[in-house]
Amino acid sequence: MYEIVAFYLFSALTIGLFSVTVMSKNVLYAMTSLASAMVLISGFFFLLGADFLGVVQLIVYVGAIMALYSFAMMFFDATRDIKEKNTNSALVFLLGGMSALVLVLMFSAPIYSENIAALYPMHEGVGNAQDVGMVLFTKYLIPFEVAAVMLLVAMIAGIILAGKKMDNSLTEDMSADDEIMNLKDAK
Amino acid sequence: MIGLSHYLIVSAIIFSIGLVGVLRRRNLLMLFFATEVMLNAVNIAFAAISHYYNDLTGQMFAFFIIAIAASEVAVGLGILIVLYKKHGSLDLDDLASMRG
Repeated sequence: MYEIVAFYLFSALTIGLFSVTVMSKNVLYAMTSLASAMVLISGFFFLLGADFLGVVQLIVYVGAIMALYSFAMMFFDATRDIKEKNTNSALVFLLGGMSALVLVLMFSAPIYSENIAALYPMHEGVGNAQDVGMVLFTKYLIPFEVAAVMLLVAMIAGIILAGKKMDNSLTEDMSADDEIMNLKDAK
Repeated sequence: MIGLSHYLIVSAIIFSIGLVGVLRRRNLLMLFFATEVMLNAVNIAFAAISHYYNDLTGQMFAFFIIAIAASEVAVGLGILIVLYKKHGSLDLDDLASMRG
């Protein structure tokens, strides 16, 4: 009973909030509704018994990614409404509906196939975080390390793209040297 | 009782909302938001399948999707900032510089 109420509440709220994200003209409305819908999606994960995934969703998505978006919002003019010329929105909705239909078929295909066996089954009496850790650090160790390297690459790329004067070399470019000398002289 | 198909249908609805967003948005930042919506829908489907088949693989894939989403946002927002400094807007129609 509790699960049914929670499921329908969460699904109605996430669908409504994501529709606001997609349809809103204001960037701030879209961003806040996206953040709150992500909090509710972590509720789905807790319902499904994936505790660790829910906490990761809260920390990474709601904490890190939304903070990054709101930080990037400082660079853009966020208060102005976004003007969009919508060309033929009926076609867009038709395409979206058709893709949703294809998606339902794709997802329902493995339900009707019976010969699916659990590759890494969950253990009874072991918490979800412990279970995830045991599988992640044995079977998925190499993808985990590759993901870590990828996050490092993304961090460096973000710094270089967003930082000032990162596109010219500090050692070869003489104007940078002059600037540093000027700063020294000023002191 | 809530079954696997309930979760998959919710996930498909959210994914199609994100898809409609990708198709109708002209602002690059809003396109990023729609991409996040789609990634979250796929995560719900993975977690639900993982729960109902009693298998941890779905949760593992959801973790890697979250890691990829985080790095995508980091790189993508850097590119958006560079674009905004260069063009002064994030509108896709303004950015179309190669006219045939």
